[in-house]
Amino acid sequence: MVSNVSTNTFAPSLWKRYQRRLAPPLFVAPALIMFGIFVIWPVLESLWLSLHDWDGIGENRFVGLDNYVELFRDDPVFWTALKNNIYWLVAFLFAPAFGLALALFLNQAGLAMRFVKSLYFMPFVISQVVVGLMFGWFFNAEFGLLNHILTALDLPKIALLEDERFSTFAIIAAGLWPQVAYCMILYLTGLTAINPELIEAARMEGVKGWKLLWHIVLPQLLPATSIAVIVSVVGALRSFDLVSVMTGGGPYDSSTVLAYYMYEQTFGALRIGYGAAIATCLFLLMDVCVVIYLLRSLPSNKR
Amino acid sequence: MFPAPITNASAKARAGYHIAVWIGLIIWILPIIAVALTSIRSVQDLNAGNYWGWPTETMFVENYRKVFTSSPMLRFLLNSTVITLVSVCGAIALATMAGFALSKYRFPGSTALLALFITGNFVPFQMLMIPVRDLSIHIIPVYDTIWALILFHIAFQTGFCTLFMRNFIAELPDELIEAARVEGVGEFKIFWHVIVPLVRPAMAALFVLVFTFVWNDFFWSLVLVQSDSARPVTAGLQALRETWTTTWHLVSAGSLLAAMPPVIVFFLMQRQFIAGLTFGATKG
Repeated sequence: MVSNVSTNTFAPSLWKRYQRRLAPPLFVAPALIMFGIFVIWPVLESLWLSLHDWDGIGENRFVGLDNYVELFRDDPVFWTALKNNIYWLVAFLFAPAFGLALALFLNQAGLAMRFVKSLYFMPFVISQVVVGLMFGWFFNAEFGLLNHILTALDLPKIALLEDERFSTFAIIAAGLWPQVAYCMILYLTGLTAINPELIEAARMEGVKGWKLLWHIVLPQLLPATSIAVIVSVVGALRSFDLVSVMTGGGPYDSSTVLAYYMYEQTFGALRIGYGAAIATCLFLLMDVCVVIYLLRSLPSNKR
Repeated sequence: MFPAPITNASAKARAGYHIAVWIGLIIWILPIIAVALTSIRSVQDLNAGNYWGWPTETMFVENYRKVFTSSPMLRFLLNSTVITLVSVCGAIALATMAGFALSKYRFPGSTALLALFITGNFVPFQMLMIPVRDLSIHIIPVYDTIWALILFHIAFQTGFCTLFMRNFIAELPDELIEAARVEGVGEFKIFWHVIVPLVRPAMAALFVLVFTFVWNDFFWSLVLVQSDSARPVTAGLQALRETWTTTWHLVSAGSLLAAMPPVIVFFLMQRQFIAGLTFGATKG
């Protein structure tokens, strides 16, 4: 009893005295625990699994780097997936440019314009599953609008999604639609923050059009450009939903990407260690891109 | 302003501009218009090959009723709603606390922690897929329930939200907190009575943004659930599409239902959404 009373009076004063030191770990703990369990730990476990041969049920056999050797040396589909990811990446780097063009086109004041801008932005808010569905119909070999237009123009029909040569590019086109909308909104916000005096001063000097855009406006849009590029790179490497909905990686794995191939190997072929190795490659690719980008953009931001 | 305000241009140029903007818009959102039109088409129209023209009759009520009566669409929408709302609130709550600690206290490892939350955002989902799935089957038995998705979304979104909150709270004046401390207010009370009321704008921005991310998630709904009773609308729609291969009008109606909630939230809270999304776009 006595000890109980003493801790009761002791504990609050301890808390009172040290709360400035105790509070921060307590505030961070819930977030850190959740993030640790569902993000940090899984990354480490996937790295570890990528060194194993495992079907998810039977024996989990350590095989060292065998999975990686197989990927790089004996797996043509892995190279197709990697190549397609590079196509996505290159194509998505055009998204900031298109987004900027659209933003410049729409950067006008007025209530109606505000409404129009949000309608232009809508593709980004819509689920990629729905986007994939829409574009799947648009490209449909028999009934698609694209083929209606081609027929009307007396051109032969094409089956983009069923053709190994075109399937990836057709999916990328669908992916660019929301991505351009995203970049557009970044630039529209960037444009509201540029210094109007600088623009006016340049106009006084007779600078206009492309020159004004290139020398005065674009440098001020650098923060928006940085973000537009990085979200486009990440978006390109993350692509999964559209591939899954539009082609399922086909025909003959021609439109697969690393994210989708990993999923397929894990749940389709039940090669869990192999899937983890593919995920690790994607992870490294993403990190290389992000780090290169951060290193390149840091010095210029400091100016 | 750049480009020059169109209001200064001639009446002709202004009219031309507005026509261009609206025609551009119609082309830009043509896929959405087409799906909306198809969702009210009749079967006869589709059989006659009228996929892209104007519907000959409007079957709005019939088609949408059919979606609800002949598929678990209502269940999917309900699942999505619960998953999204709980995840968003959970992530924001955790992130507000963590963001406060990381911005207004100095303690060893705080920079490293922030870096951890930031880099965690760049991890591809596939890197987490197998361990998270195993976790939900063997350790925290929530596989194939909406809780599997809720727990994961809370955890993952906390990374981005914490970064956002940290930057927002860092801008709040330290004097507010110091003044409270001088008055003898405890740290938890400071958090609840000083910080939380001030971060409401940030919470609103995160709410709309994370709402969209979680509602539109497709990957995790493939990995963590498999029965209709737990499926959110994205995976549900994909499953329906596989059974309803030829009924474009029903799939269209379903797609529109799946796409609507984030669109509505976006239009209602546009300012917050854009503030959240473009956070950092105006300054390095």
